[in-house]
Amino acid sequence: MSTSNFKQGMRDGVPIFLGYFSVSIAFGIQAAKNGLTPAAAMIMSLTNLTSAGQFAALDVIRAAGSLTEMALTTLLINLRYLLMSSALSQRLRPETSLGARCLMAYGVTDEIFGVSILRPWPLEWTYTVGVTLLAVPGWVGGTAVGAFAGALLPDAIRRALGVALYAMFMGVVLPPTVKDRRLALLVPLSMLCSWAFTVLLPYVTSGFRIILLAVALSCAFALLFPVREEEEGAK
Amino acid sequence: MSGGKSVYLYILVMAGVTYLIRMLPLTLIRRRFTSVFLRSFLYYMPYVTLSVMTFPAILSETGSVVSALVGFGVMILLSFRTKSLLLVAACACAAVFLTELVPGVL
Repeated sequence: MSTSNFKQGMRDGVPIFLGYFSVSIAFGIQAAKNGLTPAAAMIMSLTNLTSAGQFAALDVIRAAGSLTEMALTTLLINLRYLLMSSALSQRLRPETSLGARCLMAYGVTDEIFGVSILRPWPLEWTYTVGVTLLAVPGWVGGTAVGAFAGALLPDAIRRALGVALYAMFMGVVLPPTVKDRRLALLVPLSMLCSWAFTVLLPYVTSGFRIILLAVALSCAFALLFPVREEEEGAK
Repeated sequence: MSGGKSVYLYILVMAGVTYLIRMLPLTLIRRRFTSVFLRSFLYYMPYVTLSVMTFPAILSETGSVVSALVGFGVMILLSFRTKSLLLVAACACAAVFLTELVPGVL
């Protein structure tokens, strides 16, 4: 049971590996431009495993900002993980040990969260760790390629790989909209709001936009269309 | 760097903050929420998050809006037809790559 969850996690981790690899090449290039050594860039990727947060951190480092500033920037941009981990805590098999919880927490990224949260209840921690095991080499490997030799990779390949992440998002978000009309409304509405937000408030960071819209739209839907417990389980 | 602070000190701070944000809810919340509102909120939240992250970001991810839209269309169609995330991702990547080979797209 546990092994099959782990294996399924590794399988679902392949598109994440591809997507992370391509996105982190961009990060590696940017890190090198900001004067980070390839080793420092790779260690940052390995210990943080987050895209927007790392890009923002480069700005703080370049500006020689204070450590408090770094902590606050990271907190704001990555605050959405607090929501995601809270959601995962409800999905996770209740008996899951403290050690396993601490281990899987390392892998709570947008994408790993996305595939984990939509697993049938209860979520096994081994699934999430399986996905993480593929995601991390993608993220760190891409960072290394970008930092060492970003300019050498054909652009056409990089651009094409860039959509892998989004394809995966759609792959998890869209199928349930067939059976749940509330979700069929919520998904396009979220995209529309996100687009309007980007046009009207272009200076708000993407991390902040995600938090604001996630809270606002989920609250609105929770008030308008409360979910009965049976429905959650059936997912 | 310019301020004399080691880059690794910055990395340590950001890694610590990021990990705590991820770890605290998973370890501290041990029972299921009873509030219908809270449960409903957490039910909807992932769909909003992933949708918001996808659009409009995907439009600027490729070489042109055209190839991005083709890739977007392919992933939407395929998502309803297969359960394999890998297949959806591979086809979307291939669609973007092929579209960008068409003269005039880039």
